Amino acid sequence: MKISRINTEEKLITFPSFFWLLLFFLIPTLLVVLISFCTADPYGNIGKGFSLSAYSEIINISFLILVLRTIKLSIFTTVICLSIGIPVAYAMARMEKRWQQNFMLLVIIPFWTNFLIRIYAWKIILHPEGFLKQFLVFIKLVPESASLLYNEGAVLLVLVYTYLPFAILPLYSAAEKFDFQLLEAARDLGSSSIRSFIKIFLPGISVGIVSAIMVVFIPALGTYIIPDMVGGPNSEMLGNKIAQRVFTDRHLPKGSALSTILILAFVIPPLIQLIIRKTKKTSKNSPMGVLSK
Amino acid sequence: MKDFLVFENLSKSYANIKAVKNISLSINKGEIFSLLGPSGCGKTTLLRLCAGFEIPDTGRIILNGTDITALPPEKRKVNTVFQSYALFPHMTIRDNIAFGPKIAGKSKKEIEHEVDEMLDLIQMHDEADRKPSQISGGQKQRVAIARALINKPQVLLLDEPLAALDLKLRQRMLIELDQIHDEVGITFVFVTHDQTEAMSLSDRIAVMDKGHIEQVGTPVEIYESPVSSFTAAFIGDTNFLDGQVTQTFDDNRAEINVPGIGTIICYNDRKLKEGDPVHVSIRPEKIHMSKTEPEENRKLNILSGTVENMVYTGTSTKYWVRSGEWLFTLQKLHMRYLLDETPAKWDDHVWISWHADDCYMLEKYREADEQLLTLPDIEEAVPGSASPSSNNKDISSKESAPAKEKR
Repeated sequence: MKISRINTEEKLITFPSFFWLLLFFLIPTLLVVLISFCTADPYGNIGKGFSLSAYSEIINISFLILVLRTIKLSIFTTVICLSIGIPVAYAMARMEKRWQQNFMLLVIIPFWTNFLIRIYAWKIILHPEGFLKQFLVFIKLVPESASLLYNEGAVLLVLVYTYLPFAILPLYSAAEKFDFQLLEAARDLGSSSIRSFIKIFLPGISVGIVSAIMVVFIPALGTYIIPDMVGGPNSEMLGNKIAQRVFTDRHLPKGSALSTILILAFVIPPLIQLIIRKTKKTSKNSPMGVLSK
Repeated sequence: MKDFLVFENLSKSYANIKAVKNISLSINKGEIFSLLGPSGCGKTTLLRLCAGFEIPDTGRIILNGTDITALPPEKRKVNTVFQSYALFPHMTIRDNIAFGPKIAGKSKKEIEHEVDEMLDLIQMHDEADRKPSQISGGQKQRVAIARALINKPQVLLLDEPLAALDLKLRQRMLIELDQIHDEVGITFVFVTHDQTEAMSLSDRIAVMDKGHIEQVGTPVEIYESPVSSFTAAFIGDTNFLDGQVTQTFDDNRAEINVPGIGTIICYNDRKLKEGDPVHVSIRPEKIHMSKTEPEENRKLNILSGTVENMVYTGTSTKYWVRSGEWLFTLQKLHMRYLLDETPAKWDDHVWISWHADDCYMLEKYREADEQLLTLPDIEEAVPGSASPSSNNKDISSKESAPAKEKR
């Protein structure tokens, strides 16, 4: 009785946010999927009838390269953000409370400046006449002809810069709850400090790692401003292609088709995970189920 | 084997706090040795130094003849049972216990065999595949012990292992710990603030206060012949009297003049001379109370007084009897409580008496230690500066006094 009442209360409380998601997320997403099956007229409007022609673009070697590059850059971004974020989270969680708050502030401060302005700042830093380039040339680390801007490296650098705070936040909040005596216990039982870190600390903050991956990998896949501003023609990502189809070519179905593929890329991996977990659970419970029958 | 685990002049400071001050201690092989003291006395720091989680500022730790002071925790043949158990939450009970042997690189078969042995020892085969969050506090405790013991340490360190358990479970785990010790026979170093735990489990106890060791001895030695007012007041309850030696006798006894009472006779193994100032301690249960005057005896101290307060605790009653300026705490065990005597009541006139050998001369005395005593909450101010009852104002700070926990 009591439980069901709480459930209805919970449903009532969550209704507004569900309604919001339905209205401004689910319905637009479905519209995008729908439009991807439409045709376009020369004026950029949606034409009559349905067609798969928007998807024909996908069967193309240059598109495959684009997708692979997008995935590669996203994976690199995620891996680099994790490998910087996890040690940072560990160090922050071990600090005095007062210092933890100060560091938190340092992580958050970049958000006070507009995203576009921060990317422009990177353009200035990486510019051929910029300080960094001149310095690297001066210490003879790069030749005069090298370019720090408008390539994949620049895109990756700014991607990591942009998403690192998003990775640190969930990692820190998981590390902060971690019981550090477990590391002492592991060392007490003969495990070296590095091994304890891998075997005890990483599983201990697994929730944080999973959400860090989610908040870095998924937005990185869809990013478009960063490659647009610091990337060159050879470092385009899927997001640029979508923007190009919509703004330049004014072909909404083609842009929608690419978006649909991107959505599928987000949805399919967690879906597979969910299915695997479900089947595991049922197979675990099945002997009990048989017994109870 | 003596001197199995030796601490030599160990010191450790955190920031400006000296947690451990120049401690030297020797622990024998196979014994259960307790570090007993109030919180902040440095007992846990000493244990952490021993486990290798802290490096001492000065001094050495020697285990079985080898200096282990600089060794990291993973290289020491000691294992720890943590107060919070520190079981790995993402592993099953079996994997928790197998952690040590796995790290040591033993074969799968060996590990399985050893883990099964440990599960036998702690009788938890049925729970082996559960996660730590799915078992009870007492079971977690046992898993923590098994996880440490499977590595066959030379010394097992236990950091307040029973503190998180309720009273009944604590009593049962005490017996279980003792059985496990009998079975494995390794040295246990047991940290606790609970004197009952220490007394019932240990072969020897080191009583600690403010970073140093007050006294080391068997539970009997510590209780019956405390050297300092701290030990006397922290282990159980006691009465302090102070006075001056007026006469010594050949049979190791001395006459002491206590202001406000007169002369008492006391055991004198400290060979004090006439004129020496002295503090003595008398345990509450060693003072006899009667409504008629006891027979005169040279070795018996007899005083008359009035019952000022009493607390019935089931097995015994605690009385506070005023005699002159002094307030005596005494404890009377109930043998035939309601059958053959009418219990003393408030304001009854009574006789209290104790044997000369039951009062013990202290080597060290600090007035502050009287705050550890349990005294009734009496409003009126009592004259006489040295009287124990003059400390009544500190009653509120005695919440953690050991004698109170005994109830």
